[in-house]
Amino acid sequence: MRYIRTIAAVSTLAIITLLIVSCESNTSLEFKRYYSEGAEIYQTRCQNCHGNDGAGLSALIPALNDSTFLKKNKNSLACTIRYGLKGVININGKTFDENMPAAELAPMEIAQVITYMNNSFGNQLGIVTMDEVEADLKNCK
Amino acid sequence: MRKLVFGLLIIAAYASCKSNNGKSTLPIYGSRKAVTKIVDGKSVTDTVYQTIPQFRFVNQYGDSISNKNLDGKVYVADFFFTTCPSICPQMARNMLKVFAAYKNSADFRILSHTIDPKHDSVPVLKKYADKLGVNGNTWWFLQGKKEDTYSIAENSYLVAVKQDSSAAGGYVHQGYFVLVDKQKRVRGAYDGTEAKQVDQLIADIKTLLAEPDPKTTP
Repeated sequence: MRYIRTIAAVSTLAIITLLIVSCESNTSLEFKRYYSEGAEIYQTRCQNCHGNDGAGLSALIPALNDSTFLKKNKNSLACTIRYGLKGVININGKTFDENMPAAELAPMEIAQVITYMNNSFGNQLGIVTMDEVEADLKNCK
Repeated sequence: MRKLVFGLLIIAAYASCKSNNGKSTLPIYGSRKAVTKIVDGKSVTDTVYQTIPQFRFVNQYGDSISNKNLDGKVYVADFFFTTCPSICPQMARNMLKVFAAYKNSADFRILSHTIDPKHDSVPVLKKYADKLGVNGNTWWFLQGKKEDTYSIAENSYLVAVKQDSSAAGGYVHQGYFVLVDKQKRVRGAYDGTEAKQVDQLIADIKTLLAEPDPKTTP
């Protein structure tokens, strides 16, 4: 009798655990998809300049690990990727003033690559969705 | 008897491995010809190898740099331009590794030739070097007439690439790092965008630095 009770308790616990895990993976599945697609885009479109570790290149090309900058400029990242960047920026306390070329990417691809960047190189800023990117792209300067 | 044969086989295998991995000499690229001279009444045949011909460019400090500045030096040459968005940052990142390894070696130089001299003036090259974090006289960024740069690239530095590849033309834009020995002979070409090949280059530079200095003949 006792034996059966133990089994029942263990299986209930297992079921609850499974439920929690599957719930979690529903939200993280989308993140994982964004992240892995973004990794591929990063390799083909960004890595040459920013490096495979996102470390940039001396004072010529900025690193992508400045979480404060990424947070502060959250709504202009999509525009920067889509249309490039000119002028002086400050990253990790260093000044950069080279031109970044525009990347012809679709809103979905931009969302994926930002999600990859925002959660690599020491950044932990979560997902950026295609809807957010589409909204941001409407307000490019 | 069997044991003996087996032992010999192991030794042979070991020896062949050793000669492959820890290779002590590098190939010599380019054309070559046999020259027979009379030395002490005897005729002696020598092989004369292709070398980098005379050149004159200007570096990032505005100094004139000629082939004479490379006498007795091991050096790496490459071709780039400062506004190149594709492979150049990757090349610069890798060349910085080479620079870091040998910047204090008096017998070593890096020559980065711009293929866009119209834009890459001396001040532009200086600014680029500064931003890369390159100072001193180990790594020179050279500017000259476009046709001079292309001519020396295609006819002299990239002979190794031409020899090893069946692809036609366009070598100048492919990001090669060319290794030249103390006698100005081309000894290797490495893909400057590939970290592994650049590691090999760093090892091969050491091999060439250990070669004896050339005789100070003409």
